[in-house]
Amino acid sequence: MRSYLASRLLGMIPTLAIISVIVFTVIQLPEGDIVSSMLDRLQAQGVDVTQEYVENLRSQYNLDKPMVLQYFYWAGNFLTGDMGYSILFNRPVNELVWERLGYTLSITISALLFTWIVALPIGIYSAVRQYTIGDYLMTTLALVGLATPPFLLALIFMHIGFTWFGISTGGLFSPEFEDAPWSIAKFGDMLVHIWLPMVIVGASGAAFTMRILRANLLDELNKPYVVTARAKGVSPAKLVIKYPVRIAINPFISNIGLMLPALISGEALVGMVMGLPTIGPLLLQSLLNQDMFLAGSLLMWLAALVVIGILISDLMLAWVDPRIRFE
Amino acid sequence: MTDDAQSDDNVLEIRDLAVDFKTDTGLTHALVNVGFDVPRGKVTAIVGESGSGKSVTANCIMRLVQPPGRIVAGTINFMPTDMAPFEIVSLRKKDPRLQELRGGHISMVFQEPMTALSPVYTVGNQVAEAILCHRKVTRKEAMREAAEMLERVGIGEMERRIQMYPFEFSGGMRQRVVIAMALVCHPEILICDEPTTALDVTIQAEILTLIKDLQRDLKNSVLFITHDLGVVAQIADQVVVMYQGRVLEIGTVRQVLKEPVHPYTRGLLAAIPGLAPKGEPLATIASVVGDTDITTPYPMTTLGDGRQVSLPPDKVALAAAE
Repeated sequence: MRSYLASRLLGMIPTLAIISVIVFTVIQLPEGDIVSSMLDRLQAQGVDVTQEYVENLRSQYNLDKPMVLQYFYWAGNFLTGDMGYSILFNRPVNELVWERLGYTLSITISALLFTWIVALPIGIYSAVRQYTIGDYLMTTLALVGLATPPFLLALIFMHIGFTWFGISTGGLFSPEFEDAPWSIAKFGDMLVHIWLPMVIVGASGAAFTMRILRANLLDELNKPYVVTARAKGVSPAKLVIKYPVRIAINPFISNIGLMLPALISGEALVGMVMGLPTIGPLLLQSLLNQDMFLAGSLLMWLAALVVIGILISDLMLAWVDPRIRFE
Repeated sequence: MTDDAQSDDNVLEIRDLAVDFKTDTGLTHALVNVGFDVPRGKVTAIVGESGSGKSVTANCIMRLVQPPGRIVAGTINFMPTDMAPFEIVSLRKKDPRLQELRGGHISMVFQEPMTALSPVYTVGNQVAEAILCHRKVTRKEAMREAAEMLERVGIGEMERRIQMYPFEFSGGMRQRVVIAMALVCHPEILICDEPTTALDVTIQAEILTLIKDLQRDLKNSVLFITHDLGVVAQIADQVVVMYQGRVLEIGTVRQVLKEPVHPYTRGLLAAIPGLAPKGEPLATIASVVGDTDITTPYPMTTLGDGRQVSLPPDKVALAAAE
């Protein structure tokens, strides 16, 4: 087990290195850089900028160096904990990332929990009571949930909240807490606001999980080991949970890592619609303005989160399923 | 009928049992008027080809028939030694006697040892669970008893093996675990649903000997389902022959295997390769049965020697004369 963990951790290094090259290349693909897009903006505002100033700016951020060198400057600084400077926001990238990554994580992780808390009981119910009215009702709900894009769901919720209840559902905080330092009251305020993005981001995942769980469980329900356990005298409720459900949820545990990217990109759209202080809106702006340091760092962090998520789900799977643990 | 005279010796009396399966093409009658007794402390074998209703009968006794199947008629009277007799078919789903029955009074060994155990729990856990379902003992005590039973079915190195998972065991070992699980609560009846079919021949013999020895030690009744007449000859006291959801012939193992009365039973015996005369084409059931009508459900008639057959009245008279 220990050597497995070590080899997996070592394996993450080349994975992330390759991802960093791809991220860097993709961001550099469009013509121009952050300085030229800034110049465009300044000139549009009628500000005159001297050639010297531009050259200075470029050399300050190593933008005048060859691409390969630029990559190594960026990657090297990233490794030492300096993610560079966002010209767009005029702030160090570190500040911007730490500010927002936490919110993104809390929304995606709570959305993941929401997905499971909703999908597990409903999926089990739907499978055990296959073809009953309850099953049909849940199936219909799940299909609606699957077919509705998260951003649309966000718009609908915000509209209902505003027109019917007169509350503004955007953002993660009430205006009075927006810039306040952290306190218990601010945390409470966040909890009041976070459930909506959590539900919206988690909805389609919950619908998907529920459907797959139902199908998996239906496959397991009449397996010989379930009949054996029933013949042994295990009570019906315990029987379902301990035997077929335990097997049917394994694929989901291995899927947690794969669900993260979907949740994060879902969160990005929802974040823009609802004006959340998360990674999503920041990433879009930085990409539009070719703010290399910011965009690259954000993408790297998202990639790292996904890689870690996959590792965690693999470890959890080995933990719950002895067949994998013993291989 | 000799019901009343025999009832004291029977642990199970099945009467007029009928099971229907609702399929897309209509109702399938899986069992029609099935009735036989399971004598106490003896081994009763049910033989028949695939689809003859052997397993469905066993599942009825445990009330394990799942939709689309349904028990539509009949009674199964259970006469345990240590409590009042009760009828199984009419038990409500929530009746505590039903949970008690499964695994407590009657338990079952299944055909597929490779899939009959959950892969995610240790062998010890799954055997001990059977005890915990039926008796109020501590986990530790249940584990100790499970280990004892596992040792009794021939699994050594208990310390290590009890913590192992089913997939680390071979097929024969797994079947031993399933047998231990079935016997750990000392049931009155052990139902074996083709327990050796999925095993290779040497292991088959070991498992058969094990079941037989344990039956002799524990003095329980065994209902042994098989399509292998060789196994029947080895293990059974009484034989029930089934065909298309009906019972065709019931008798002692000697009666049924040596002097079968029903043409179908004769066909079944003639089709055993080992017993057939050499140099001749092997008989099939169809070639022996010929034009004789075996599909009409004639009622069971008891012959002078105590055996029961399902035959038309004229044939019964003939058989009685033989």
